Amino acid sequence: MNTLTVSVVTPDGPVLEDSFEMVSCKAESGELGIMPGHIPLVAPLAISAVRLKGNKSSEMIAVSGGFVEVRSDKVTILAQSAETPSDIDPERARKAKERAERRKNSKQDDVDLVRAELALKRALNRLDLIEKS
Amino acid sequence: MASLRDIKNRISSTKKTKQITKAMEMVSASKLNRAEQNAKSFNPYMDKIQEVVASIANGGGDVSHPMLNTRPVKKTGYLVITSDRGLAGAYNSSVLRKVYQKIQDTHSSKDEYTVIPMGRVGRDFFSKRDMPIEREITGVADQPAFADIKDVASEAVQLYTDGVIDELYIYYNHYVSAITQEVTETKLLPLTDISTEGKKLSSYEYEPDQDQILKSLLPQYAESLIFGALLDGKASEHAARMTAMKAATDNADDLIGDLTLSYNRARQASITQEITEIVGGAAALE
Repeated sequence: MNTLTVSVVTPDGPVLEDSFEMVSCKAESGELGIMPGHIPLVAPLAISAVRLKGNKSSEMIAVSGGFVEVRSDKVTILAQSAETPSDIDPERARKAKERAERRKNSKQDDVDLVRAELALKRALNRLDLIEKS
Repeated sequence: MASLRDIKNRISSTKKTKQITKAMEMVSASKLNRAEQNAKSFNPYMDKIQEVVASIANGGGDVSHPMLNTRPVKKTGYLVITSDRGLAGAYNSSVLRKVYQKIQDTHSSKDEYTVIPMGRVGRDFFSKRDMPIEREITGVADQPAFADIKDVASEAVQLYTDGVIDELYIYYNHYVSAITQEVTETKLLPLTDISTEGKKLSSYEYEPDQDQILKSLLPQYAESLIFGALLDGKASEHAARMTAMKAATDNADDLIGDLTLSYNRARQASITQEITEIVGGAAALE
């Protein structure tokens, strides 16, 4: 069976490097499923969970501010943050969610609103991932 | 000549100073180790993002993005990385001197530039000289995580995107080795020279298209350049502090040696004097 080498790197260091059979992720333009032999591709990722399916096990990673770079047998996910469920601090994510919701509802100028929405998305993404795993 | 007790006091206080500088040296050495590791673990990310940016920017096709184009400069931004604390030798002064020189040479009025100092020393320097400060950043951790400075970095990039500044320079100490740090000036924005040396460019399919990708990739690229400079600067800071503290410890050793010598001399002199007095007294009795 063909496999893909997947590496997930962030500015704080590599998060994961292993072989998997399939990567499914959510690009900004829609869902992507990547299997070995894919054409070289670059796509920005939405704030979402990336699923890595392996032979026996599968992994979930919450990414934000990320990109996927695909070569025929190698997938690199570059993200400003990437966490496996065990890395996520549920308490912190919940607090971040509440804070973002408060900020979003307080109706200040546009820039703050955009940032609050992004923060909310990131928090929800993390909480989602914990629930699913 | 100082009395015996004076010398003794000075010796003991110098010894205490030496203990402190020695401890600071060791702390900095371990922080330097961590900082080096951080910089190392950041490298794969930087290499990869650089590769992707380069292959899009140089991969033919007409790509245009405000961050790639030079525009007439009305206002220049200077991001200066200094430390929060002193006692780091020439670490802060050399980088501040260079920025100050550059600003004096190129700008005639305060409307033409703005400074974004990182670190308390830099902030104090510029505010004392009444220079325009766009935003200040203090209290950055010794081992910064990307999340800590993401907001700051994206704000700096935002200033450029919003047209507040038309170019952005970054000044920091580049870490060469534990004893050498080099003040480095880098033009961060617009991104004119994306180096492709020694890298194999691959042609990609872009999803949805190149412009869209550049739009989200370039700000991230610029942010990671800032983060990279900060990591480099932090490593230099710890190295500079370590070297400065080592020099201070050595100086304290020398000073203690000198003082001990004069203490012994003074002690010997007073003994000699006492003997002479006794002998003189005994001779007078005979």
